[in-house]
Amino acid sequence: MLDEILTVTFLTGFLAATLRIMTPILIAALGEMFAERAGVLNLGIEGIMIIGSFAGFAGAYFTGSLLLGFVTGALAGALLGLAMGVLSIRLKANQIVAGLGIWILCQGLASFLNRGIFGVVSVRPSVSILPAISLPLLNQVPLLGETLFNQNIVVYLTLLAVPVFTFIFRRTSWGLSIDAVGEEPHAADAAGISVSRVRYIAVTFGGLMAGLGGAYLSLALFGLYTDDLSTGLGWMAIVVVVFGKWRPWWIVGGALIFGAANALQYRLQALDFPLPYQFLLMIPFIVTLVIVVIFGRGQKGPSALAAPYERSEL
Amino acid sequence: MQRDAVVVSMEGITKSFGGTTANDDISFCLEAGEIHGLLGENGAGKTTLMNILYGLHRPDSGCILVNQVERNITSPHEAIALGIGMVHQHFMQVPTLTVLDNVILGLRNAREPLLDREGARQRLGELSATYQLDVDPEAYIWQLSVGDRQRVEILKALYRDVSILILDEPTSVLTPQEAEELFAMIRVCVNRGMSVIFITHKLEEAMSITDRVTVLRDGRVVATRVTSETTKAELARLMVGREVLFRLSNDAARSPAGPVALEVERLRAISDRGVLAVRDVSFQVHGGEIVGIAGVDGNGQTELVQALTGLRPVESGRVVVDGVDLTNAAPQRILRQGVGHIPEDFDDALVGAFTLVENLALDLHYTPPFSRWGVLNREVMRQSAQQVIARYDVRTPHERVKARTLSGGNKQKVVIARETSRAIKLLIAAHPTRGLDIGAEEYIRGLLLELRNAGIAILLVSTKLDEILSLCDRILVIEKGRLMGEMARSEADIEKIGLLMAGTGA
Repeated sequence: MLDEILTVTFLTGFLAATLRIMTPILIAALGEMFAERAGVLNLGIEGIMIIGSFAGFAGAYFTGSLLLGFVTGALAGALLGLAMGVLSIRLKANQIVAGLGIWILCQGLASFLNRGIFGVVSVRPSVSILPAISLPLLNQVPLLGETLFNQNIVVYLTLLAVPVFTFIFRRTSWGLSIDAVGEEPHAADAAGISVSRVRYIAVTFGGLMAGLGGAYLSLALFGLYTDDLSTGLGWMAIVVVVFGKWRPWWIVGGALIFGAANALQYRLQALDFPLPYQFLLMIPFIVTLVIVVIFGRGQKGPSALAAPYERSEL
Repeated sequence: MQRDAVVVSMEGITKSFGGTTANDDISFCLEAGEIHGLLGENGAGKTTLMNILYGLHRPDSGCILVNQVERNITSPHEAIALGIGMVHQHFMQVPTLTVLDNVILGLRNAREPLLDREGARQRLGELSATYQLDVDPEAYIWQLSVGDRQRVEILKALYRDVSILILDEPTSVLTPQEAEELFAMIRVCVNRGMSVIFITHKLEEAMSITDRVTVLRDGRVVATRVTSETTKAELARLMVGREVLFRLSNDAARSPAGPVALEVERLRAISDRGVLAVRDVSFQVHGGEIVGIAGVDGNGQTELVQALTGLRPVESGRVVVDGVDLTNAAPQRILRQGVGHIPEDFDDALVGAFTLVENLALDLHYTPPFSRWGVLNREVMRQSAQQVIARYDVRTPHERVKARTLSGGNKQKVVIARETSRAIKLLIAAHPTRGLDIGAEEYIRGLLLELRNAGIAILLVSTKLDEILSLCDRILVIEKGRLMGEMARSEADIEKIGLLMAGTGA
């Protein structure tokens, strides 16, 4: 068994799978980072990913274009992010309840739409998945090159987004405004920044990213839609944001760990590892638990996280 | 600039929050180049009125003219565009960002959305030099002292080229010397053509810095006076609505100091941020004396009081109450040893959603006579509450109202009533009159003197120097967590304490 695991094929395959699976977590987590740094805790991410994967699939299936599929998924996600914004910013609802509500709503909605549109069928409709693009030169790197640098376009774009987001938060007025609104909304308000506008934009963008992450599942990983496509990736994204201290590069690190846990689980299943598969399925969640216990303690997020903003009276 | 040109005119401003009317048909005008004082007690509506001018609140009725043009100011952004800047009492700053980032927050520049930190740094340097407001632009706000944070707040307004500057109780966080520097800075602003609105409840300040004063009481304008043509006594009468006794003396009935009730030895405690906030503090408080700890807010007073009352771990050193070592003892044990505690925020001492009966029994509810075998005796609690309410003159319809519905003064009375109705030997009072109006302040100061005369040892932490000077028998000054000096009241004066508070004392 062990010699089967410690082979170059297994390891490179494992690394490639890690990259593929960490991508949806990373996309959703980066989006959630925007929302949380602006002070909105969106616990509906998992639900938005489910809707994103459904809408993405339906979009691609009916238009025949994967690109339009991703656009549909992202738009559906943005719409749900906006809904979270209306609940938490305009109606000042408790963000935990509102987020959980969105999650439950999305689960039911995706299942309902799926049956309504595609019916209950024995052979699921499918689309061909996003093709891998081999990066010239880099794919020549011995051993790892061929698998690691042979990914689909979304993986590359996501990794490219990380330095861009870092730049936004370090060097632009957008980033400064988002941080100010999440840390000290009263100060931001007094400085002439519209707290609700910044929060709407951030939480809508967060939803858009979660929708994209969801569409990635149906369009880049599986090529079809089922109700249990996401299996908790959205929740892991929320943990990754905390683990990543609300900073882009740290979030990449967190997503990598979760991606690896998921990839390991798939690979071991494929190898007929001598453990019931139910136990293997637990691996990512056990990792989540351990990480929450070890790194979740004493992590201080944005001061105004999950607190609705109200101009004080008197 | 023409002196009598009106730059701001607010007419018939009314604003209510829920049931209470904060501003009731207020008219106010600011002339070019003047320093206009807005005088009134807490809750008189001064800050609300200025928040309306600054676009943070919308008035229910009334209109605002800026430079003779009627304006509908709906956000601070619009106020700033009209040249109005405001320095709030609670600083509007983001602690996790640098001074520079706080200054440029919310501003646009030519390279938008990129930040122009280099250009901003230069401009900030020039402003610092012109107005003699020295701060390090790269420092994080959380690292700064309160005085520095105020300078940042003023720089923020100046950076936005305001011509009208509103200062809300600006001296409440400053040493007397820092206040003088602030006044000098305000005069520089006026000389450069700005107009200033100065909110205060301190009569001396209104007399010394302003050109005109508008007095507010209960949300209405009582009068506007030219400062040079009025007196402190007149302003006090206008502000409170009756004659005011200026000094409560503690000389009467002074009992000789009794045995040592509190002994603190080389105490150290660490703040929430992990820095040493109380540094080797040693002192004693005897029965029958009031020992005051003076200092600018944020110099370790909070941590010291928490360490003494068991709410914060003591890193090293000893706390001995009445001969018993209570270092790092649980709060309940400290309380049962005869220590009363008035915390710095009375809302921290009460459960807002509980009735007065429950709040008054909160400390001893688990023991007889309030409970037996774990079951509360509501009748005893109620009777005890009724007695206490009568004795301490708590203004409430009955004892079953929820604590949060009381006014600040009455909440504080409830706290003091509970903390002193046990048999206590030591009372630790942190800012007992903060946020209270003059009437409640007088009452509570009188109560502290009574308790002292009854032989109780009192440790009084306050930032109000007049309070320290009028109540304390001995005065300690704290600065950056260290005791800078000790003096008897007879040898203390504002100047001397102020220098020690700034850490520059002899």
